[in-house]
Amino acid sequence: MEKFIIKYFNLIRIIIAILIGVVISVVVIYIITKNPSLSFRSFFLGPFLSKGRFGDWIELSSPIILCGLAIAIPFQAEQFNIGAEGALFIGAAVGTAFAVSTHMPAVLHITTVLLVAGLTGAIWGFIPGILKAKWKTDELVISLMMNYVAYFLGLYLINYHFRDKAAGFLVSYKLPQTAWLAQFIPGTRIHLGVIIAFVFAILTYYFLYHTTTGYEIRTTGTNKNFARFGGINVFMVIVLSQVIGGFLAGIGGMTEVMGLSRRFNWQMSPGYGWDGVVVAIIGQNNPLFIILAALFLSYLRIGGQILNLLSDIPSEMVIVIQSLIILLITAEAFLQRFKNRITIREAKMKEVQNESDN
Amino acid sequence: MGPILSLKNIVKIYPNGVVANKGINIDIEENTIHAIVGENGAGKSTLMKIIFGEETAEDGEIFYQGEQVHFRNSLEAIDRGIGMIHQHLMLAPELTVAENMILGTEPIKFGIFLHSKKILEMTEKACKEFGFEVPLNKRVKDLPVGTRQRIEILKVLIRNAKLIILDEPTAVLTPQETEVLFKSLRDLQKRGKTIIFISHKLKEVKQIADRVTIIRDGKDIVTENAKNLNEHQIAELMVGREINFQRIPLPVNIGAPFLKVQNLTYINEENITKINNISFEVRKGEIVGIAGVEGNGQTELVEILTGLRQATSGHAYVNNEDITHLTPRQIREKMVAHIPEDRMQNGVAEHASIQENIIVDRYYKHPFSKGIILDWKYIENYTADLIKDFNILAQSGKTPVSALSGGNIQKVVVARELSFKPELIIADQPTRGIDVGSEEMVHDLLKDARDKGIAVFLISADLDEVLKISSRILVMYDGEIVAEFKNTEDITQEKLGPYMLGVKNQNKASVEES
Repeated sequence: MEKFIIKYFNLIRIIIAILIGVVISVVVIYIITKNPSLSFRSFFLGPFLSKGRFGDWIELSSPIILCGLAIAIPFQAEQFNIGAEGALFIGAAVGTAFAVSTHMPAVLHITTVLLVAGLTGAIWGFIPGILKAKWKTDELVISLMMNYVAYFLGLYLINYHFRDKAAGFLVSYKLPQTAWLAQFIPGTRIHLGVIIAFVFAILTYYFLYHTTTGYEIRTTGTNKNFARFGGINVFMVIVLSQVIGGFLAGIGGMTEVMGLSRRFNWQMSPGYGWDGVVVAIIGQNNPLFIILAALFLSYLRIGGQILNLLSDIPSEMVIVIQSLIILLITAEAFLQRFKNRITIREAKMKEVQNESDN
Repeated sequence: MGPILSLKNIVKIYPNGVVANKGINIDIEENTIHAIVGENGAGKSTLMKIIFGEETAEDGEIFYQGEQVHFRNSLEAIDRGIGMIHQHLMLAPELTVAENMILGTEPIKFGIFLHSKKILEMTEKACKEFGFEVPLNKRVKDLPVGTRQRIEILKVLIRNAKLIILDEPTAVLTPQETEVLFKSLRDLQKRGKTIIFISHKLKEVKQIADRVTIIRDGKDIVTENAKNLNEHQIAELMVGREINFQRIPLPVNIGAPFLKVQNLTYINEENITKINNISFEVRKGEIVGIAGVEGNGQTELVEILTGLRQATSGHAYVNNEDITHLTPRQIREKMVAHIPEDRMQNGVAEHASIQENIIVDRYYKHPFSKGIILDWKYIENYTADLIKDFNILAQSGKTPVSALSGGNIQKVVVARELSFKPELIIADQPTRGIDVGSEEMVHDLLKDARDKGIAVFLISADLDEVLKISSRILVMYDGEIVAEFKNTEDITQEKLGPYMLGVKNQNKASVEES
């Protein structure tokens, strides 16, 4: 039993954190609502209550997964590039511009548009990367600033050059159908982008843990001096990890446009890049855990939307509850003392055994 | 007189499950110098941290001055008159000597300002009282290690310590500085202080200690008067088997020069000449040892030879190929192995597994990978073999390096560097901070390499080591090679000392004997 606890400590810790988060949110909801049972149902079971909502949940996880991967790869190399939000935004904007200005058969169109969006995101990763590698600028600050550049440049591009004046809102022209990602489950919004996100998560896992480049990235992350000493080209790793990150974020933005709205309709930055930071941290930069973390986070988000829609709980409180749960999970030291106590007892017992064996 | 400190059945288990102390009993008599010796990972440092309140024991009792104590942190230990000088000196380099000495007990005026006049008075008084001379107004970063250590001791004395713990104090000192330290320690003993002294170096233990406790595998093996044990006995009690201390015989077959350094100069960013126009060569089948006080250009020399740093001028050749401007990987591909000076900083990624540490220089080659895909199955078996061959105490290749003791971490480094069939081994402080047993193993491996015709370049601050295994000795001082000796029986530490300290120089005074 105790061995089991030590082995799966992280998983158990997260589950307990979620349970505590749930208890706290129950208390909070109970205090502020007149109809607690409806609220509980909407928040905790909401995504399961209809096919459409279930689809919304799964759909929402896809940009979050891609952004989580986009953050995790640089993080694995100890590069704190948090530019996924910017790369996603500019990637989607440039990709949209490209999509509405070109005509191609479907498969080719989808591929090239995704590639354009990815490469645009990659440029957003390349700039903090090369500046860090060459002049030791802080990639955190640069990538943060690049987010603003991406946001306003993207808005400029769409609002001044690709705005659909026939539409009543500030949105781009509709993408040609050849560039749509099909919604393949009737009654839901689940589109091909979801598959793309899951496939990329598995590919990224394989890339990080089973390829030479992945090894170079992780080794540079655990000890940069050691990597250099062993002959790894640290300069290349610093740049490449951020370029790949930017690429994935760019794709994450574009699949949303191609599968959901079919036109660029963000006037606010959608925030998936920041969710990506959260899931990368919860998932400890491991792509497979990131899938779970993203599903969890999007569940909270959709549950929150439904709660907001159906109950009298204001949206501000919904965000407070969500944040509380995330906060508990990311607190790494949580339950650490408990683990230490078990380890000590384990070790003592082993000693006693050894003694009696002798 | 009774013991000032009694440890009864001390047990310490770390959160990661390592049992560092398995029931240790020691009595420290008042006003003695008590040496504690043991291999790395034997649990000495842990025990000291328990006495000093930095760690808490899971079991056992501590009696200090006759009463039982439970220190929850080091401040409580300091209050009771226990002081500790850590192996890695803990001084603030930007502050002056005086400021460092009173750090934590500084006199204050007007509530927030340092009372600088009082600081000087206090520190001057302490220096005079204990007969220490240190430059009170200099910044610590400008002072040599020996002086810094004296500052640490003063820092402890100014807090009225009666019991002073020194954790491997001589590891960083030259033989001359060690002499000065020992004189001070005896002086303190005369003033009624009790000293606990941890060391690997048995000669020093014999020289300074009244009593000695040997710890092996978390247990106290024996506590004896130091004069009743000789160095050999202590060493064998420490490792639990016989040990060879003899100088290894000189090589019979010396081949062609393999590493050639010509007029190498390195000037650092602050425009200080760290390496000044040096030339030498290392031949196949010999071990060339560089003796020298640390900081005289050895680190920079090694980094240039391994591609981690760019020389300002001059050249280095491996097997007649110019390597001066090659990358670390290109140099490694010329079959150059590098055992780095600081294993935790350069030698390993401590949070990665042993196998990930083993493959860092070869992961991209067949059969470790095919194309860009790593073959973990092969790597796992390969690592398991190395763990067995090099006697690394680890459960498997997947064990993280951080779970190993210092000696075993060094074995991981050595296993990696010696297992790819190098033709030149650059060994920088290869046995620093590891125990006698592992040290002997590393020395044997280097000797075997030499006898197979491999060129070995050894850099070491430990003169015993240089003398034991080198075929030729170069002395480095202030970025220059100031002396060269063939290693024969008449070369002694005392003979090398003056060159290491820059008092003598073969290049400048040709009259001197060589």
